[in-house]
Amino acid sequence: MLRFILRRLLITIPTILVVITITWALVRLAPGNFYTGEKKLPAAIEQNIREKYGLDKPWREQYLRMMSHIMVLDFGTSLSYPGQPVNAIIGRALPVSATIGLLAYLLALAVGIVAGSVAALKQNSKWDYASMTLAMLGISIPNFVLGPILVLVFSLMLYWLPPSRWEGFPSWNVVLPVITLSGIYMAYIARLTRAGMLEVLNSDYIRTARAKGLSESQVVIRHALRGGLLPVVSYTGPALAFLLTGTVVVERIFALPGLGHYFLQAASNRDEPLIIGIVAFVAIILLLMNLLVDITYAYLDPRIRY
Amino acid sequence: MSTNNGNVLEVRDLRTYFQTEDGTVKAVDGISFDLKRGETLGIVGESGSGKSVTNLSIIRLIPTPPGEIVSGEVRFGGQDLLKLSESEIRKIRGRRIAMVFQDPMSSLNPFMKISRQLMETTQLHLGHTKREAREHAIKMLETVGIPEARDRIDSYPHEFSGGMRQRVMIAMALSCEPELLIADEPTTALDVTIQAQILELIKTLKSVTGTSVILVSHDLGVVAGMTDHLIVMYAGKVFEQAPTRDLFATPGNPYTKGLLRSVPDPTDEQGKLYQIPGQPPDVAHLPPGCPFAPRCERAEELCHREFPPFVQLTAEHFSLCHFASEVYEKSQAEARP
Repeated sequence: MLRFILRRLLITIPTILVVITITWALVRLAPGNFYTGEKKLPAAIEQNIREKYGLDKPWREQYLRMMSHIMVLDFGTSLSYPGQPVNAIIGRALPVSATIGLLAYLLALAVGIVAGSVAALKQNSKWDYASMTLAMLGISIPNFVLGPILVLVFSLMLYWLPPSRWEGFPSWNVVLPVITLSGIYMAYIARLTRAGMLEVLNSDYIRTARAKGLSESQVVIRHALRGGLLPVVSYTGPALAFLLTGTVVVERIFALPGLGHYFLQAASNRDEPLIIGIVAFVAIILLLMNLLVDITYAYLDPRIRY
Repeated sequence: MSTNNGNVLEVRDLRTYFQTEDGTVKAVDGISFDLKRGETLGIVGESGSGKSVTNLSIIRLIPTPPGEIVSGEVRFGGQDLLKLSESEIRKIRGRRIAMVFQDPMSSLNPFMKISRQLMETTQLHLGHTKREAREHAIKMLETVGIPEARDRIDSYPHEFSGGMRQRVMIAMALSCEPELLIADEPTTALDVTIQAQILELIKTLKSVTGTSVILVSHDLGVVAGMTDHLIVMYAGKVFEQAPTRDLFATPGNPYTKGLLRSVPDPTDEQGKLYQIPGQPPDVAHLPPGCPFAPRCERAEELCHREFPPFVQLTAEHFSLCHFASEVYEKSQAEARP
């Protein structure tokens, strides 16, 4: 197991390098530059900027210079937030995204698993139909629609909750963004749980458990849940990675200074170091979460050995 | 405990129907039989004849919906199991009636150690503490012939072979010393050599514990040496019912005769193996007459029109056929060379 983890961690390094290279190439291939604005700069000034940032050097040299810094986890200084290191910006934005993301994740898990299990246990009942209808809505309604609707109802009409801004945690400000963010994940988890549980509940070993005389709740909790939740586990790892690292849309709607917010800024300002820094960070988190899923899998299913 | 005539189990007119999109499937349609204490009853029939549904109905494990026990009586220990509440029947399942299922590969929980799966039964029914349950589980594993049981008890099912897993299933079923063991095709998924071992094991344990057994199989060879009485099922009905010896020697039903002729005979050098023509019937759309008539060699116009009577041939020998007596007499003539 330890060897498996070490091997997987080693594989992440080349993966991250490929991700960074592709990101760098995409930024470079796009027309325009961080200093291009509506007005054309005088040639002398443009020349000065290019020299200052080393853009006059051959691309190979620029690439290697960037990579050598990244090797020691130095993503450089932001171009659109002058003087601020990329690492400092990520350090500042991550707690915001991670707080909202983790809360959304927990909410999605709790509601999704309960709703999915109830739907599976009472298959074709009104509970089943109700939760699956809600899940269908959750999947179909994009968060840029759900967010404003929630704001309209709960902030502008009922005056129950603040509509936006980050005021630290805990505060009422997190409620609406968390619900908006978790909606689709909740719905997916509910559907995955239902499908997984239905499959397991019809399996032979559940029949054995019933034939032993166990009560229905013992059958479900002791015997069915574990196998039934395996598909959920494989989904929630990557989901957690995306949730923790922020989502552009939700942070935009609720004016939250998280990673997604900075990523959007960086992209529209062509802030190359910040773009690469955030992409690399998200990639690392995603790979770690996948590793975590595989480890959890081995723990949950004794047949899996690495 | 038992009813006055020494029967552990009395099934009367049991009917279990399934509602499907194709219509009502009468998986079990009016089955009656008795099982005497300490005896073994075999139920044979082709796939879909209702063997398994009969047994699942007895301990009320029919998935509802789509299945439903429509009518009947299952008298066990002086009470009708079909009338018990859910919590009352749970006290009987695993405690007084235990089951061993067909596929040991999928019948054990793959995520749980053998020890926990064994212990949970006795903790539930016998009130064992953890330690008692564990010791009992080890003893049961030794009884069913698992070597080094003490070391292997914390294995997971996938670390055992198919035969070993079936032994574990049997240990689990017998751990509360049930009065009735229902073994639903316990050897079908196993290698032939392992089959013999498992059957031998069931036989031995049965004689030691005095448990009554219902042994379901589609293999006449399996039930021949194991059972006292036999029931032949077809399309949810009992086609023939007799002491095992009588049924093999003097079958009174064309379907049973067909089944017996389909068993390969190694002394017969005449190449081709007999098979009953046609397919098992579609139980959702049965013909009005005898369900076996379309495949029957003896069938006449009457068979296609009218449902056959359940004819009593001797004190314990019954056959569902318009020509039961004739077939029976023919068998008797053949048996006396």
